[in-house]
Amino acid sequence: MTEKTFTEAAREALSDAMDADPAIFVVGEGAGERGGNFETTAGLYEKHGPLRLCDTPICERGFIGMCTGAAMTGARPVVDFMFTDFILDGLGELINQTSKMQYMSNGRLKMPMVLRGCIGIGHSAATHHSGSYYPFFVHIPGFRVALPSNPADAKGLFATALRGEDPVFFMEHRHLLNLKGPVPDGEHRVPFGQAAVVREGTDATVVALTVMVHHALQVAEELSGEGISLEIVDPRTVAPLDVETILASVRKTGRLLIVDETFMPCGIGAEISAHVTEHGFDELDAPIKRLNGAHVPTPYSPSLERAVVPDRTTIEETVRELLAE
Amino acid sequence: MSVERGDSFELYRWLYRTMFTIRTVEERLARSFMAGLIHGACHTYVGEEAVAAGVCAGLTDDDAVFSTHRGHGHALAKGVSPAALIAELYGRETGISNGRGGSMHLFAPEIGLMGTSGIVGPCILQAAGAGYSARLLGNGGVGVAFFGDGAVGNGAFHEGLNLAAIYDLPVLFVCENNLYATEVPFSYASRNPDVASRASSYGMPGVGVDGNDVLAVHEAAIEALRRARAGEGPTLIEAKTYRTRPHAEGMGLTGVYRTEEEVAEWREKDPISRFRRRILSEGTMTASDLDRIEADVRTEVEEAEREAADSPWPDGGTADRHVYRETV
Repeated sequence: MTEKTFTEAAREALSDAMDADPAIFVVGEGAGERGGNFETTAGLYEKHGPLRLCDTPICERGFIGMCTGAAMTGARPVVDFMFTDFILDGLGELINQTSKMQYMSNGRLKMPMVLRGCIGIGHSAATHHSGSYYPFFVHIPGFRVALPSNPADAKGLFATALRGEDPVFFMEHRHLLNLKGPVPDGEHRVPFGQAAVVREGTDATVVALTVMVHHALQVAEELSGEGISLEIVDPRTVAPLDVETILASVRKTGRLLIVDETFMPCGIGAEISAHVTEHGFDELDAPIKRLNGAHVPTPYSPSLERAVVPDRTTIEETVRELLAE
Repeated sequence: MSVERGDSFELYRWLYRTMFTIRTVEERLARSFMAGLIHGACHTYVGEEAVAAGVCAGLTDDDAVFSTHRGHGHALAKGVSPAALIAELYGRETGISNGRGGSMHLFAPEIGLMGTSGIVGPCILQAAGAGYSARLLGNGGVGVAFFGDGAVGNGAFHEGLNLAAIYDLPVLFVCENNLYATEVPFSYASRNPDVASRASSYGMPGVGVDGNDVLAVHEAAIEALRRARAGEGPTLIEAKTYRTRPHAEGMGLTGVYRTEEEVAEWREKDPISRFRRRILSEGTMTASDLDRIEADVRTEVEEAEREAADSPWPDGGTADRHVYRETV
């Protein structure tokens, strides 16, 4: 184990994979010589050159389509979007082409493409640089969606994405990029579809995604002083979603809260809630609760911004409501 | 198919047979559509055969073709069999995509057919991607996009040509300008009546060619392929042509957008009869040689149709296969 930041850990996975596989190349605005807006590719240009660390014009649709064609013909593109908001210019390519290519070709084409970008509210970045949008992609057959919450998972999930054959969204919360933590040295892969129980408890289950895992852990620590025992589950990937681990936790606790920064309607919380209701209704001692970011575009001013995203206070309040049911 | 350029007899025979195969399959499909054997849309390539044949005659199985909704001709010219194509449109198990795609999703990657598409534009970007792969992997392949005049006003045209140009990618952009995007005239949709001239905006050569002259198309393609394979970058080819059937089967042949007289004029410029006259006047092949090709093709296509019609339906229980490569 070595202490690394989230970004360093993900970069290590990328660097190792690029050393092992000459078909991997990275495209993005500033992904080349500059080393990435968030240092996602720092040092790799010097090693691999401009064809494998490829700067692009500002044309997300264009380079998503180009990378789709490259993946169809034997290359393994990594698209570095800088901000996930920028993906939206290429949704037609992604949803009509990238996600469907294996199916349309009756399984004869592979689509090994990794789509990475920064997500998340909290830097007064306003509404064109704060989006997360991953529930969109969960809805579409053909995509995988990875949401690492710590440096070790950033390395392990990215390594899995880079060696798979399906298109994967790898989304990195801006609050986590400089988070430090122990990261396994050498080969480290985290399989998709395996949630982590990051804290064990008995009174209620909190399923939290990306940065919300850390808020939930802090709330759990605080409430433990009052004798309240929370179990925290981090799904790590939402496509596929490890429903079994969540159900097992709910069987133990009887209560469930899902905390997610993205919008509530048709979201991950709704999906988890439906699964638990369908398959674990008799285990529930209280109605399931969801806590989401407000269903509004992201505002700029810090005071407005704070009001639209779950935090420790609102998580704690919601947990208390859940326990009082 | 890659024909030695010096061997006129082999080249002409391949071109004639390919064009006649496309025509015969399309006319068969038009009848099948009327008979209710095709379950979705069917856009035929009748009148435009010289473009697919002229370009694909220069390609190998390692060159990747990305096509459009009007893609039967590209699939056949790339080497898909009439039986596999017809069966796909009939929705059968033996279809080229086992019935998953139909007319607008024909895939045969093993011979470099990387798909026809129901969306206008993406083929341009994907062909650039195939060119990127070829450069990265050093495999000598070329990406080829076929698209219509309707794609020229789409952002994918601008982004794809620009990307291919700045990375010096081995790509052919082949615009089949048949004057109408569905039923919207190109003269309405663009202030610049020319497509080839736009290439200069991207710093690449643009070549305008008579798209109903198969040898002219072939010559332009060969030069563009030479450039691509020599690392000199992409080329835009505009092949001016015309579809002499409706946009899609079941729609009107004419409408507010064109007249019977215009269609009749273009039928006079039919690329197959034109090439036949040229072959006979040059004496490369005899009329009986060409008649024999036509008879062979007719037999092959009728047998292919029967085979398709007799093929089983895909099992509904397999509908969820191939969404992902890996099951987690």
